[in-house]
Amino acid sequence: MAKDITIFTTNTCAYCVMVKKWLGAKGHSYKEVNLDEHPERQKEAFEISGQLAVPVTVITKDDDSKEVVVGYNLAKLAPAVS
Amino acid sequence: MTEKVKVPVVADYKAHKVWDLVTIGAGPAALSAALYTTREDITTLLFEKGVIGGLAAITDWIDNYPGFPKGIAGLELADNLRLQAERFGAVIELGEVLNITDKGDYKLLDTTSGDIKAKAVLIATGSDYKKIGVPGEAEYFARGVHYCATCDGAFYRDKKLVVVGGGNSAVQEAIFLTRFASHIDLLVRGDAMRASDVLQKELKKHSSKISVHLNHTTDEIVGGPDNKVTHVKSTHTTTGKQVEFKTDGVFVFVGLSPNTGFLKGTKVALDDIGLVKTDHHLQTAIKGVYAAGDVRSGATMQIASATGEGATAALMIREYLDNLKQQKS
Repeated sequence: MAKDITIFTTNTCAYCVMVKKWLGAKGHSYKEVNLDEHPERQKEAFEISGQLAVPVTVITKDDDSKEVVVGYNLAKLAPAVS
Repeated sequence: MTEKVKVPVVADYKAHKVWDLVTIGAGPAALSAALYTTREDITTLLFEKGVIGGLAAITDWIDNYPGFPKGIAGLELADNLRLQAERFGAVIELGEVLNITDKGDYKLLDTTSGDIKAKAVLIATGSDYKKIGVPGEAEYFARGVHYCATCDGAFYRDKKLVVVGGGNSAVQEAIFLTRFASHIDLLVRGDAMRASDVLQKELKKHSSKISVHLNHTTDEIVGGPDNKVTHVKSTHTTTGKQVEFKTDGVFVFVGLSPNTGFLKGTKVALDDIGLVKTDHHLQTAIKGVYAAGDVRSGATMQIASATGEGATAALMIREYLDNLKQQKS
């Protein structure tokens, strides 16, 4: 199970909206880091994902291990949060 | 950091044994069709594997959709279309349709959410941006090569960019990227821009930040030892001169490719470039299976025409369902 979910997003990113919508539809709560509002955290998003892209979803599991999913990728997101 | 958000769970789409209509895709064509069908009590389920609103949703700003004199953000238009369809009972499921089988009275859809039965199907899967297929494009994907300016542009504050393409999308997105980038080189393979006159005039207003290079191919995207994109290799098509454009990232908008891979092997006929063939009722080679929007052969690839085709398809589907009912009674 996911203990914590954090999503790095931007204001204009439609895929970010989809990740949030999908998580909401599946009953998962999440924290959001909006990189337009917090550009100082872009470096953190890049270091976590290795990519210059959003959405970046960081799933912290019960054993504190982390899984990172870049983009709106249900094939990776669904098992990561289950 | 914002507060934790919890969105209500969507309706249970499995409640229906056989849906009157399932749309494959939830872009402008499908959402418009759903608006019409749900208002007629035609139960409608939309399956979307990507973004609700399709390419319209990832377009920064839309100036040519009627009814919005000042234009509208693509994401906002997409959300309005969704809300309007859901208002009358359309249900959206986030998942992928893998195959369609004609079972006569109904169509069986093999989906990532299990088997779904539908009396009628609307294929409205739209298109995605094409790749250019040059060395470096795949290697630097999402680490310097991008296809969504509204998603990834924010990573290029005060950086140099190359935008590839000369059509409406390339120009529109290059203009959007000026809010972040220090300078943009726009590489256009042809000897003229294909973008609309209005967009070309708008482009000229940004000439201090965007340099247009006509007759320039994009040959290779090259990175440095730190695995970051450093430059694009290009050739001037008339002189043959090799040119290098220093850049921190590349955004590619070179045309559209239809999302019809899942239809190969089905009875739905495709044209030479993979678009779905329909008759003048927008019906495909399978009776009861329709197509509308950017995925349809002959479509004009405009949001306004996609919504119009969605409405037309809905009316044709209503007629088909009425005939189906009469045959049974």
